[in-house]
Parts: sequence; structure tokens; C-alpha cells
Amino acid sequence: MKNAVGREIPESVLAGGREGYQGKGYMDGKYLQKAAPRTRRYENNQESKIVESLAQALRSCGACDGMTFSFHHHLRDGDYVANLVMKAAIEELGLKDLTIAATSLGGAHDPIAAYIEEGKVIGIQTSGIRGRVGEVVSHGKLKTPAIIRSHGGRPRAIEAGEVHIDIAFVAAPTADCMGNCRGIGGKSNCGSLGYAMTDAKYADHVVVVTDCLVDFPNFPASVEAIDVDAVVVVDSIGNPKKIASAAARISQNPRDLMMAENVAKVIAATPWFRDGFSFQTGVGGPSLAANLFLEKYMDERNIKMGWAIGGICGPMVELLKKGKVGKVIDVQDFDLDAVASINQTPGHYEMSASQYANPANKGAFVNKLDFVVLAALEIDTKFNVNVLTGSDGVLRGAPGGHPDTAAGSKVCIIVTPLTRGRMATVCKDVVTVTTPGDCVDVLVTDYGIAVNPLRPDLIDCLDKAGIPHVSIESLQEKAYSLVGTPDDLQWEDKVVAILEARDGTILDVVRKIKPVELA
Amino acid sequence: MQIEKAAVAGTLESSDAMVTVEPGEGIQLSITSSVMNQYGRQIKATVQETLERLKVSDAKVTVVDKGALDCTLKARVECAVYRSCGASDRNIPWGGAVR
Repeated sequence: MKNAVGREIPESVLAGGREGYQGKGYMDGKYLQKAAPRTRRYENNQESKIVESLAQALRSCGACDGMTFSFHHHLRDGDYVANLVMKAAIEELGLKDLTIAATSLGGAHDPIAAYIEEGKVIGIQTSGIRGRVGEVVSHGKLKTPAIIRSHGGRPRAIEAGEVHIDIAFVAAPTADCMGNCRGIGGKSNCGSLGYAMTDAKYADHVVVVTDCLVDFPNFPASVEAIDVDAVVVVDSIGNPKKIASAAARISQNPRDLMMAENVAKVIAATPWFRDGFSFQTGVGGPSLAANLFLEKYMDERNIKMGWAIGGICGPMVELLKKGKVGKVIDVQDFDLDAVASINQTPGHYEMSASQYANPANKGAFVNKLDFVVLAALEIDTKFNVNVLTGSDGVLRGAPGGHPDTAAGSKVCIIVTPLTRGRMATVCKDVVTVTTPGDCVDVLVTDYGIAVNPLRPDLIDCLDKAGIPHVSIESLQEKAYSLVGTPDDLQWEDKVVAILEARDGTILDVVRKIKPVELA
Repeated sequence: MQIEKAAVAGTLESSDAMVTVEPGEGIQLSITSSVMNQYGRQIKATVQETLERLKVSDAKVTVVDKGALDCTLKARVECAVYRSCGASDRNIPWGGAVR
């Protein structure tokens, strides 16, 4: 069938009652039966849950062939834990047919690509897929299609029982002997542990992996001992240098700054830019720089930001400390300033991925958001955005919270240069739809601003403020006039990845790419 | 033009291309590109058209493309060819064979 974003979804993917994407808000008001984990009782007095090794922790949780293990990505490109666990499971216990349910997989997880090629790992469910893992999946080496979900779609699927986690692994910068975890106070600090929270509540078993054991109780805990079966102490859970970068710098690139200024102008032209407004921005060059210009407008109008959410970095913490934002609610930290601030700076709180973005709960933060500023690998003339596949068709990106914030917010602004090298960012058809066009409102590029025709109210706002805007088609034509019209990618039939919309319907599929060979 | 010796133009920076020309028989073209799946055919056509314009009929040409625009590709091919016959320092036919 062809879904609401015009993508052909094969019947095999829709087997078992799955539906194609129907449009924004399709599931609103429907009821959901939550799944519950099967967990072990611990009735007796307990000295400690510490076990000697990951292998022993796996055995104590009854690890066997065919299981699903979950991981979270707060340690980002510095993460050692997923690799250590998979190595113990496959090389020490000899397990096979395993599925990895991760919040994101990146360059740190290149060794897992080999387990996919050997057929030991047969399933991948993730919100981000980069590096070697993305390549081997794109080349059709994974036995079952990878399932890609947004940061909100993932906890939705877990709570609905669509993903059943047998063992969740929590990479904990600090933990006590019973498994109370925090993201700070150790040697591999990552700040928020928001993505691990739902996993810990819904997994049958939970194993905490730490490199800094602290006195009981490690409070206030992000993941609580009441959900933990075993604690393993390893030499190192990650490379601190790659976990959090030094302070995220605001770009000095004049093109980024020009786009950022236009983003702020658009925001300031809408009725929702008022005292107490809410905001999320990414950490990419122009998105982050938008903070700077927004602050100028806030000062001019003498208003403050009510709250900000998301992956948090230094510049947002700075605004909080200056008293220009009321509260910062944080699911992940990107730099050392944010790591040092969470739960320390008054008003800087931690939240779970479900609380952040899950469309099936009763009050996700994204659904109360006024503005979100996001980047894109590609955006097409229907305002569909791709942040998953490169223009060459290979998996190398992460939907993350993009589809959730775009759908939940009142105004979703995409900021991106018109071209990157020879790639037209604004194109006729994105390779993969990761955020549907009915959730995207404004596009800001270095060659002009376009407003989604679905939002006549915003067109009116821009006109009244005297902000020039053009059609998205004219931006696409400009892009192609600069870089040439790209050839259509050639695909094989084999589906290598299924892209779920945040509500669980099928938004798109990624097929195996047929590389161009020049005769 | 006659390719007299091996010559190279361009870099491996993003949005550039490194073009190497060497003496050869007929045109032997080898192209690798970071944007092969979308622009491979166009890169090939641009390089061939530029060589024809320069009247190069015998050469081994290697293009390592990092997402260069057509104008960059043309300039790199032209420069490599002119360097290969020691003609890149004077009397360059701007607006003629070199566009």
C-alpha cells in the first residue's frame, strides 16, 4: 500500500495488522494495553547484587539464544558497554540469534557489525544507526530488517510490548551495590540517564554496568535498585573524551549565523513568542546559534523562556543560570557544561525518554512544545525530512527526537544550508521519510525561507513581520541549478530497514542499495 | 592535445576532485566518487566532454571526486591536462579551449 507520505510499503512489512502512516494525530485518543515484564522476586535480606563478570550476570539472568538485549547511548561515541556485553554473550556464553534494542548505535559500536555478519546478531532496533553497523545493515547482512524508531516511538513500542526486552543493560557512571544508578559522580560522567529509564521499568532483567562503585544508597537514583538484578563493575564503561565534548561552541560561520538569525526572526514573528514560551533546539551549527539571536529578541521584548527540553548543552545551561529560562528538562547531555549542571543547577532536571517524547503516554513534554529548531540531511518539496539515510542510500543517521518534536510542537523550523558539497539538501524526494511533511512548518536555508502551505497562519505571521519567503519548489530548483539534478538511486527489492512513525505505523522502508557502476 | 607526462590537479578536500592524467592509448577513465550513486554518470560525462574540448584522445585519466561541482571538475581536468604538456604557465586559451 501507499501510505500518507506516498511511500510504497510492501505487504510483507504490513503483515500482522501493521498499518501504514495515516497522518499526524491518527492514534490520538485510542487506548493502549501496556505490557508488563516478568520479573524475579528478591524477598530476603541482601548484602549485594555485585557479580564477578558480565558473563556471570548474563547467566544469572538466564541469558539464552534468541534474546533481546537493550542498551542506551548516553555514553555516545565513547560507549564501551554494548560491545563488552555482546562480546561476553557471544564469545563467552556462545549465544546466537540475538536482537539488540538500542536507543542509538554509532561509531563506538563498529565491533557489533562483525556479529551481524556472522549471523550472531539477527535483529537491530534503534533510534540511530551509524558507522559500520549502518553499512552492514544497508548491505543486507542483517537477517531481519532493522527497525528504526524515534526517541518517543521507542518507549511507546516497549510499553506496548512490541519490543520485549529480556535483559536491559544500564551503563552507569556511578552505581551502588544494589544497582541505584546516577549519571554523575564517577569518572565517565554522562549526566542524564533518561533513555535507560523506560528500559529498566519494562525489561524482565536489568544489569547495571559501572566503573565507579559508590556507597549505598546512590541517591537520588536515575535507575533504581528496585528494578535491578545484578551489578557488574568493569574497568571502564567508556571513553570520557568521547562521551561529552568540551563546551558546545556557538558557530562563527557567517552562513550559519545568518540562518540562525532568520530562525529567531521567524520565531519572534509568531504569537507563541511570549513570556513563558517553550523551546527545543539541536546542537548543530545554525540550530545552536539560534539560541544567541533568540536571546536578543527575548531581551528586546522583555520576556523569558518558560522551559527548554531535549538533548542539553552548555549554551542552554548558560541561559538557565542567567535566569532567562525557567526550567531545563533533560533527557541527554551533549557537553561537559550540561553534564556538570544536571540536578545541580536549580531548575535543571532529568526526564525519561517516555516523558520527553512518547506519543502514547498522557503528557510528553514534546506535545506541549511551542518551538523546535531542527536540522535535516534532506528535505523535499512536500516538507518530508530525512535524517536517517545519506543521499547515497546508506543508513548513517538518527531520527532521535526529530519526528517527536516536529509532531508535538506548534512551530517546527528546519534549518539547513541549501546544498552540502554536491548534495542538494532541498530536493524533490527525500531518500527516506523520517519526519513526515505534515509535521514540518518552516524551512530556513541560506537562500531563503519557505513556509509549509499547510500553515497559512504562519505565512500570515511572516508577511505581517515583513519576513520574505519563497516556495519550497523554488529553493529546490535553485539547489539543482547549483549542483545538477541527481540521478535516482537504484534499489534492490530486499528491505533492510523499516522506519516506524512515532505512533507505530509504518512511515517508510529502506531497501538494499544497488551501487552505480560506471561502464 | 598530447599528454606528455603525468600531471595532477586538485585536492582530496570535500567539494573538490583530484584529477591525474598520464600518457595512454585511447581514453582510459577511472572514477571514484563520494557521490557516485547520484552523480557518477554526470561526472563521467563532464570529464569526457572536457577532454574532447581539449582535443585529448589518448590519456589515462583518474578522477577521485569528493563531491565537486561540475565547474570544479572541468577546471581540474583542464589544469591537469595543461600541466601534463607543460602549458600551464602561459598563453592559456581562456574562453576558448579553457572555459
